Amino acid sequence: MAAETIHTSPRVHYINANYGWKSWLFTRDHKRIALLYLASVTLFFFLGGAYAVALRLELLTPQGDLVSAETYNKLFTAHGILMVFFFLIPAIPAVLGNFLVPLMIGARDLAFPRINLLSWYIYMVGGLFTLYALIAGGVDTGWTFYTPYSSAFSNTHVLAVGIGIFITGFSSILTGLNFIVTIHTMRAPGMTWFRLPLFIWSHYATSLIMILGTPVIAITVLLVALERILKIGLFDPALGGDPVLFQHLFWFYSHPAVYIMILPSMGVISELVSNMTRKQIFGYKFVAFASIAIAVFGFLVWGHHLFTSSQSIYAGMIFSILSYAVSVPSAIKVFNWTATLYKGSISYQTPMLYAFGFIGLFLIGGMTGLFLAALGLDVHVHDTYFVVAHFHYIMVGGTVMGYLGGMHYWWPKISGRMYPEGWGRFSALVIFVGFNLTFFPQFIAGYMGMPRRYYAYAPDFQVLNVMSTAGASILGVGYLIPMVYFIWSMRYGPVAAANPWPSPSLEWQTSSPPPTENFEETPIVTWEAYQFDEQMMASSQRSAVSDELPASG
Amino acid sequence: MSQHIVSAKIYSLIFAGLLVMTWVTYEVAQFDLGRLSVIVALTIATIKAVLVVLYFMHVRYSSRLTWVVVVSGFFWLAIMIGLTMSDYLTRPEGWMSFPR
Amino acid sequence: MEQQREAGTLGMWVFLITEIMFFGGLFMAYTLYRSMNAEGFAAASHQLDVKLGAINTVVLIASSFTMAMAVYGSQTGKRQLLLVCLILTMIFGAAFLGIKAVEYNTKFEHHLFPGAGFKWESPEHDPRLAQPARMFFWIYFAMTSLHALHMIIGLGVMAVIFYYAWRGRYSPEYHAPVEVSGLYWHFVDIVWIFLFPLLYLIGSHLH
Repeated sequence: MAAETIHTSPRVHYINANYGWKSWLFTRDHKRIALLYLASVTLFFFLGGAYAVALRLELLTPQGDLVSAETYNKLFTAHGILMVFFFLIPAIPAVLGNFLVPLMIGARDLAFPRINLLSWYIYMVGGLFTLYALIAGGVDTGWTFYTPYSSAFSNTHVLAVGIGIFITGFSSILTGLNFIVTIHTMRAPGMTWFRLPLFIWSHYATSLIMILGTPVIAITVLLVALERILKIGLFDPALGGDPVLFQHLFWFYSHPAVYIMILPSMGVISELVSNMTRKQIFGYKFVAFASIAIAVFGFLVWGHHLFTSSQSIYAGMIFSILSYAVSVPSAIKVFNWTATLYKGSISYQTPMLYAFGFIGLFLIGGMTGLFLAALGLDVHVHDTYFVVAHFHYIMVGGTVMGYLGGMHYWWPKISGRMYPEGWGRFSALVIFVGFNLTFFPQFIAGYMGMPRRYYAYAPDFQVLNVMSTAGASILGVGYLIPMVYFIWSMRYGPVAAANPWPSPSLEWQTSSPPPTENFEETPIVTWEAYQFDEQMMASSQRSAVSDELPASG
Repeated sequence: MSQHIVSAKIYSLIFAGLLVMTWVTYEVAQFDLGRLSVIVALTIATIKAVLVVLYFMHVRYSSRLTWVVVVSGFFWLAIMIGLTMSDYLTRPEGWMSFPR
Repeated sequence: MEQQREAGTLGMWVFLITEIMFFGGLFMAYTLYRSMNAEGFAAASHQLDVKLGAINTVVLIASSFTMAMAVYGSQTGKRQLLLVCLILTMIFGAAFLGIKAVEYNTKFEHHLFPGAGFKWESPEHDPRLAQPARMFFWIYFAMTSLHALHMIIGLGVMAVIFYYAWRGRYSPEYHAPVEVSGLYWHFVDIVWIFLFPLLYLIGSHLH
């Protein structure tokens, strides 16, 4: 790509429009709020990662010799809570979604900018509450805080963490609400539903889940907290309560929550695959509807987390069939991305490497999900490392890959600078190798019977665990490198063009970085999504507000 | 939502209807109808709620999008309660059983 | 303005369905435990004061009526009607909370709050049903206090709306906040419409 053309950033854009901490902490600009979230989720990601390092270190040896059993429980609980609630659920929607949704639909901002800022504050308050609890001594219930242990017996800071999660849930709800209203009411003229980028469809589907599911975890956490304080027995069998009711309520949210984690990432992948193959996504409408289908079907399968509880066998069978059904729209997406690659003009730049990583790793994660959806098989592997490997393939191999791919792809738009391509590809490779080395052995260990959440294990599993820990260290290094070069690029990276890839999508038809009001004039959309024809691309480069020097004229 | 303004007369009619149905609910509850009691009570409550939604909350005169939003909210609640109860209702050890 | 109103209404409706799911968790618990303990729940429900519950139901329905009329006033530019109806709505809301407080007080006096001091003894009560009765009261207090909390928030919202209406901010061209607050208020009414038969009337046939 262009070493010949020198670009200059626009004189005034959203980052330098105002200075001072007040202009950031009281901003209503969705782009600045996205950056606030970026800082927060990155912090929580590395904190959650630190806990993972600690527990992987313990697992180097079969004996429990690094930490006590109670401490180990606190380690994996903290890792789960921080990663699930404070990284995976908010990351793509609150960072990339907040930044891009108005830009992609041609709007000036989200429908409710102040509520957007409020959602970040709520997230921070919940996060700080939870951090306080973790520092004050932590929680040992697992991130799933099953009752009656969490509601009656645990001596750890369940209440504080519960409050933290309760508060943070509202951040999710408000974000989802904002996206839904924005996408319905603020699309630019000519931006019909089927001209929307698939990134928007994914975020719309994600928002549906956010608003319908999160309130249920909120009330559930509240009830557990009240049970701890007042010692009343909604979930306590000694008082006539039912712990399985807790599991039903908990997983009613927490299963759709995993779709909150993966759908935005799938949206990113659609953008990356189409752009880096210079092609319309194969079966656009199928992919769009598949997103909605995942959101809807995702609410019907939670019982597969209760296969080994006293849930009735017949309900289990229904949930099992439904769990197979929910895999279909995901599979449709994978097929369609793959079909898009066929006869595409593929460029192997960093975002594409992450997209390839996603497709392969999500495939493995998804297929192993089918193993788990089979009642009989699940009984064998439930609560083993097989499950742990499955969900890490999806969440790390899927979501985090998509997140990183998206961060690289949109970095020029967000910061006005390019990241160093060589380092980008290198770290993508390091992450891919590190990831597989960490988690593939866990499939084997789990299938052979190693239970999860144990700090000591039978010596037969040691080789696999050592491989896993070695992989984790490589993975950790892989994550640190982009941190470094992204920060480096903000000052020393080459200035990016308005539309470096280039793409017909609306966010690229304005300068990099964009002005605060996003577009000088409201765009009027006359082209289809992913329309990569030459004429379109030529006109899009002319209309983009970029101060390209010489050559093009 | 269109600017259709619902008249005071319709509001009054709905109000009267709600009061009547409240009275009916109360009276019916005085009789022991066994399993039917809860069905009757819920049916009347649902009718009342539907009237409030359609007229007081203007959904009858609102866009299809609003209508879809409202219906999906209640539909999702039904999914949660229905599918969860499908567990308890089909336990082979006995209807609605769990270890005490 | 029109698009803003549309967005505001849609936003409130989306928020209301999150509230449906929020209360829904408690309705789920209610459904389960009532099915398990029909007799105990009926006996416990019989302890509630149905008359007060019925009065509260009427009070809330009336407040919904006055709220609807307040919105009507704002849509048609009838400022007097708007202000009077808002006041009435708030009075009804406060009355509801007052009656609720009286009910709660009685329950505490009779040791029916399901804390440490819970008492459910013969001869007035069947001791076999102590545990399910306690469960019922837990659900009763949880649901009605969550509802009451939403009422209190609603009163706060109404006070703000009243203030702005007094200052003349609303007109037929701009009254979205009144409509949107009305939606919230009606929703709180609807929750009670379900709570009343489900909590108060299941033991009515027992004499």
